[in-house]
Amino acid sequence: MDQLTQYIPVLILVVVAVCFAFGMLIISVLFGQKGRRDQIKDTPYECGMQPVGEGSTRLSVKFYLVAMLFILFDIEVVFLYPWAVVYKDMLRDHANLIFGSMITFLGILFVGYIYALKKGAFDWKR
Amino acid sequence: MNRMEWLANLTPTQQFVLFSVVKIIFAVAILMPIIAYAVLVERRLCAFIQDRVGPNRVGPFGLLQPLADGAKAILKEDFTPEHVRKVYYWLAPALCMIPALLTLAVIPFGSNLGNSNNRMVIADLNVGILYTFGIVSLGVYGIVLAGYAANSKYSFLGGIRSSAQMISYEIAMGMSVIPVFMLVGSLNLSAVIDYQAGRIPDPETGRLIQHSSGLLSWLVFKQPLAFLIFLVAAFAETNRLPFDLPESEQELVGGYNTEYSSMKFALFFMGEYANVILSSAMMVTLFFGGWTLPVFGLEQPADSLGKGLLHIGIFLGKMAAFLILFIWVRWMLPRFRYDQLMDLGWRRFIPLALANIVVTAILLWVRA
Repeated sequence: MDQLTQYIPVLILVVVAVCFAFGMLIISVLFGQKGRRDQIKDTPYECGMQPVGEGSTRLSVKFYLVAMLFILFDIEVVFLYPWAVVYKDMLRDHANLIFGSMITFLGILFVGYIYALKKGAFDWKR
Repeated sequence: MNRMEWLANLTPTQQFVLFSVVKIIFAVAILMPIIAYAVLVERRLCAFIQDRVGPNRVGPFGLLQPLADGAKAILKEDFTPEHVRKVYYWLAPALCMIPALLTLAVIPFGSNLGNSNNRMVIADLNVGILYTFGIVSLGVYGIVLAGYAANSKYSFLGGIRSSAQMISYEIAMGMSVIPVFMLVGSLNLSAVIDYQAGRIPDPETGRLIQHSSGLLSWLVFKQPLAFLIFLVAAFAETNRLPFDLPESEQELVGGYNTEYSSMKFALFFMGEYANVILSSAMMVTLFFGGWTLPVFGLEQPADSLGKGLLHIGIFLGKMAAFLILFIWVRWMLPRFRYDQLMDLGWRRFIPLALANIVVTAILLWVRA
């Protein structure tokens, strides 16, 4: 079976999942109770108090940092996967090459991690 | 006989598509009741832990409760408040549910039925685990969009917290399983199960060779640290206690689903349970031998229909055990504080997972 045929079931599953999710939404619109609207019902829920200010408040730059760090580390994790797959095979013929190159890569990754740590990027209490 | 002829006349691709559709319908039809009854089991178990009775009125032992809950979710008013961002508000619950269902595709839930070569996995992708991680990452969109769309402070905070938490633990999760694939030498999940049953491909020819195997060849015993990190990360990824900060009731009411009602709310709920069930399935596949058992020859692919069904039963049984663990932990542990949660992910698990990779690499290198 060629590479792309493998993905036909995934495509079918996508269709099933999308139909299921939106089907549920449509069913509840069709069969749900129709209630009245009024101003109080339309206010955002804040435990019965009058809402103060905007719904989407400004947020700490810390969250932006999390996103940046995530992208950096996640890309490095993705690089590790192909290596992990061929590692055992490569060990038979080019043991030192595959081992040395990946230890170097992990070393650089670790230095970057230590740098972020020392800079206080993982200091969540601040 | 007429029916079989019709089947044999199809091209292999057509047969493949037909079997895929049957498998998908079968798998989804099994998953849905499991989700519904997971909710019931959770409510009954938590009641038991807290010395209450729990829902026992609808049907014998409350067994019809999921049906009643479903009917209720459908019949409730589908209210869209004035202050929300409409498109995203409608999109978010669906986006929460779809990735949860898509993860199902690569999980091998049985060997085969009888002598046929139809493996009981919807799509036997050679990139297996990468597909899973890719789809699981999409799950964060539903929750972030829900928080953003509701235009309410509780939802917004819940959505932000959830996105930070999910992406943080995704790294730990991704790193934790790398040693597993170093041992197996393939990203395909069926290959992971074969490895745990002692069927390891020969380096020269690539044909599977049966080695001696037993309970100890399960990867949980070879990579206990990887399993531990994966387990905790799975709790964080599915927003379950002790890491349920996105929906912590005491501070954020319900988090990202505060402004939702009726079926849209139920979809978030179902999405969460589907994620719990599928991460249980992932753990069973990666670390606990999948559909195999190291007794009575059950580690071999089935040669009869009954054995094939038994394999599916074994898989579901192992999965149920993890489901109970998820529920048990939820009612036993208090919630983490936000900085503790991030600390655990970034400062403990990432170095630990890295160290685990290096140690496994050195061990394999020394042995070679």
